[in-house]
Amino acid sequence: MAPAGYLKDYGRKEILDHFDPAADFGRIEAMLTSGLQIDTAMSGLSVVPGKDRSTVSMPNPQISAQTVWMLAVRDQRDRAAFAALFDHFAPRLKGFIMRSGTGSGQAEEIVQEVMLTVWRNAAQFDPARAQVSAWVYQIARNRHIDVIRKERRPLPEDLGYGPTEDADAGEIMAVEQEGDMLKQALDRLKPEQREIIERAYMGEFTHQEISAQTGLPLGTIKSRIRLGLERLRHELKDMR
Amino acid sequence: MTVITHHTPDALLAAYAAGSLPRPYALVVAAHISLCLECRAAYEAHQAAGGAVLENTAAAQVSDGLRAGVLDLLDVEVAPVTRYRRSGVFPGPVMEALKGQPPRWKSLGLGVRQCILSAGREGSARLLYIPPGQAVPDHSHNGLELTLVLQGSFSDETGQFSGGDLEVAGQELQHTPIADPGAPCICLAATDAPLRFNALIPRILQPLFRI
Repeated sequence: MAPAGYLKDYGRKEILDHFDPAADFGRIEAMLTSGLQIDTAMSGLSVVPGKDRSTVSMPNPQISAQTVWMLAVRDQRDRAAFAALFDHFAPRLKGFIMRSGTGSGQAEEIVQEVMLTVWRNAAQFDPARAQVSAWVYQIARNRHIDVIRKERRPLPEDLGYGPTEDADAGEIMAVEQEGDMLKQALDRLKPEQREIIERAYMGEFTHQEISAQTGLPLGTIKSRIRLGLERLRHELKDMR
Repeated sequence: MTVITHHTPDALLAAYAAGSLPRPYALVVAAHISLCLECRAAYEAHQAAGGAVLENTAAAQVSDGLRAGVLDLLDVEVAPVTRYRRSGVFPGPVMEALKGQPPRWKSLGLGVRQCILSAGREGSARLLYIPPGQAVPDHSHNGLELTLVLQGSFSDETGQFSGGDLEVAGQELQHTPIADPGAPCICLAATDAPLRFNALIPRILQPLFRI
């Protein structure tokens, strides 16, 4: 059981904002009543200087519940947080995988692989570079393809440094905001446009088909690229 | 390190993130991202977009046993996957394709050498070693040809390509890459079909060399 602080510091409303109420409300209620909480003192969140390190600064209610859970998994190997991540992502992953024609049974096998990879590779999660959903998305695509092809797909070499343990809340929030903007941009699209984007990112289009699509990439991706590049340069500079 | 001026086109990066690129191309794109910060940033942006799609996907109910099954497996030790790191001019994904060994070059004549990394229905990926001033045999190709420069540089009708640059040659491009003076040019090249050579003799040799 994780130490106290999570629900108190982040506030019930902020957490609920990140949930699909129909699916998750029961679990939140259960968390509130059982006192199931997640450590907020992990190093990934900004700690107000000069104060007790267990005090997490308040002005970052926008850090999503998924990121808080993922950091608890990464830094504390917190099983309750992992279970919460499972409850959030597993049904979406299953729906995502099944949409490209995979049967329910095999989809669940892939979901299992993906979630176990999330647990095992948690040390690679860097909230200053990616939202949890982006990280899980790439794991899901990789595992799905590996399962179909029975071999590992070529992946880029990592940058040679792990996530910085003390990414500050501002950096995390910038990433979360960009992610939210992308999500909103997707929501604003006409259904048929949205369908095209969804199918592209589900791996149903060849690169020629993606080239032929107008409106892809979303304009929002351009600013995400620029900001992402600034961050990468910044991190590399810090490394030297 | 030279400045990379020829990048992976966005559609290829999106297709790579989504996993829809043929494997030989995926290897070249993975190798280029390993060398190029700009394309890494673009790749990560596509992951963010993919994440947004995932978040918006309608949930499908998972069976009762799955959650318990996954939680039970958290403590099971698994052998860590070997991640290959850059060695010399070869970035991690190339080292993985080489299984951690130095390339075993085969001569193509005139000092040109190649090392085939994969060849099959999806196309082929290979390393090329081209001495300065030497040309890659004049060729055209059925589909897209991706060429990533790992050492030295080459020039062809479309421009100069040096360390880290990626040339994307469409089917229509009839080009004659020639290695520039200086260090021998080492490239990673991928096609989605066997290369077609224009001269008669190379065409006969083609099945032999699998180029």
